[in-house]
Amino acid sequence: MTLPKVLRGRAWKFGNNIDTDQIIPAKYAIYSLDEKELGKHAMEGVPGRETWASQVGQGDIMVGGSNFGCGSSREIAPVAIRGAGVSLVVADSFARIFFRNAINMGYPILQSPQASEAIEDGDELEVDLEQGIIRNFTKGDEYRSDSFPPFMNELLRMGGLVPWVRKQLEERRRTAGVRG
Amino acid sequence: MGMTMTEKILARGAGRDSVRPGDLVLAKVDFAMGHDLTIPPAGKIMREQMGAEKIWDPERVAVTQDHFQPAKDAASATLGRLTREFSHQMGIKWYFEVGQGGICHTVLPENGLVLPGELVVGADSHSCTYGALNNFATGIGSTDLACVLALGELWFRVPETLKFVYHNRLKEWVEAKDLILYVIGQIGVDGARSKAMEHTGEALRHIDMEARLTMTNMAIEAGAKNGIMEFDDVTKEYLDGRAKRPYQPVTSDPDAEYEKVFEFDVAKVELGVARPMSPDNYAPLSEVAGTRLDQVFIGSCTNSRITDLRRAAAVLEGHKVAPGTRLIITPSSHQVAIQAEREGLIRTFLAAGAAWTTATCGACLGGHMGVLGEGEVCLSTTNRNFPGRMGHPKAMVYLSNPAVAAASAVTGVISHPSEVLKHMPAEIR
Repeated sequence: MTLPKVLRGRAWKFGNNIDTDQIIPAKYAIYSLDEKELGKHAMEGVPGRETWASQVGQGDIMVGGSNFGCGSSREIAPVAIRGAGVSLVVADSFARIFFRNAINMGYPILQSPQASEAIEDGDELEVDLEQGIIRNFTKGDEYRSDSFPPFMNELLRMGGLVPWVRKQLEERRRTAGVRG
Repeated sequence: MGMTMTEKILARGAGRDSVRPGDLVLAKVDFAMGHDLTIPPAGKIMREQMGAEKIWDPERVAVTQDHFQPAKDAASATLGRLTREFSHQMGIKWYFEVGQGGICHTVLPENGLVLPGELVVGADSHSCTYGALNNFATGIGSTDLACVLALGELWFRVPETLKFVYHNRLKEWVEAKDLILYVIGQIGVDGARSKAMEHTGEALRHIDMEARLTMTNMAIEAGAKNGIMEFDDVTKEYLDGRAKRPYQPVTSDPDAEYEKVFEFDVAKVELGVARPMSPDNYAPLSEVAGTRLDQVFIGSCTNSRITDLRRAAAVLEGHKVAPGTRLIITPSSHQVAIQAEREGLIRTFLAAGAAWTTATCGACLGGHMGVLGEGEVCLSTTNRNFPGRMGHPKAMVYLSNPAVAAASAVTGVISHPSEVLKHMPAEIR
């Protein structure tokens, strides 16, 4: 799985400190292995956004404030957002486990305080992932995102930690084979 | 240039002489943990997507059945079954069945499985708890756990370290929980985002190991990667006869670099709570006293070890839970339950009219056995009170220490424990 270079979609704006129990209430953890079902309940715990999952369109873009995804380590948080059809999450900053989980899944996230501040709900966006540029067609603005260390970019390009581990395992097997 | 404890552990894991904050390293893991919500996805990713057939070291993995177990419904029974089957098929040595383990973050320390100087990961955000035992411990996701199970290694970004120096001694009634709620109130829920919280200072010498675990447990509520403490006599005494492997304590160098140093006179810290809907919403108890309560919950990996239950029982002894309020007490492990039974604490709880449950995460994450309804108000000894954490998004959760929780159950409103018990006996303080 490789990522498309450019993503386009409508912005859905959320606030600061959106925690994992708001992204996907723990009661839905019983659907841990079912991304589509999790997607149906994404953001249900955010007051006023109880029916958000039924409004979001395929490929739409989520824009959060600071410390997005704080709280639990449950990977079902980014999985639910992806399951709802969101193609990318942009935020002022991410809580660390949410950040890790997204990178490990090969799911694109961008950190951009500028974009998080300026973008409003309903704005039409285009995101160039390679350049890290977010264009706002509604406002005629353009925002830059913070760059990631090379290893994280490599993980994202490869499609996450799964293909990386596969490669490591193949190398280990080869080495063991040579030795054996 | 010197290194902090956190940096030293990550450097050793990465096989390097030194590391700096911001470095990305691939490091060997000493111990890993997963539970009934995180093992099923991790096992599936490891076997079906990564193509690994076995785990790197069955003796260095623990699995608990704690979040939705004993199964709260048919779907969680399936998660429990997948967790059990994976553990047995992989030959995991430290598998804890329902009724024999309890909450992961109590079970691992009490069984001497997470030790000084080690690099520990757990597929649960409160895995930072173990750092009170002088190790680097952090929460990870399920793909992370799958990687660790397959390879015994994982990528880490070396965090900047924030140093918290605690002077003086806590006042009567004020517990480690009040201190950490106060600290989080000062720095905010993202005040330590992705950083290490190193706790030090003479005040810690008078704080026992279980209370220290309460402090490191809540590092994640300030957004931290890990919470860590020095090795001392308290650590050694706790681990004697418990540690399952030899261990090597780690100390921060005198010239280690800290991003920031915070100093606190803990004698000035008041008994307090976190008000709804965020753990950094600290308020002195006096500001919220009198708030009417539907439910009081004493439980979780934060505050339901034996010392917590002793203090709750001392307050409840000879009293009844107030009409209109319900009290639910969930021990954090099976061993804690056995000890509570031995000491007669359970009799006190039952006589007071409390519901005593089996060891489980249960109500803390709105799972089962104490989920809150719309508009209900709860005082809880847990760690997190974001909207919907314990049930309905419009339920209101206050966080406190166990003695405050017990006293408030007796009065039906948030209360100072001295309203119910004149003095906490010195031996259980």
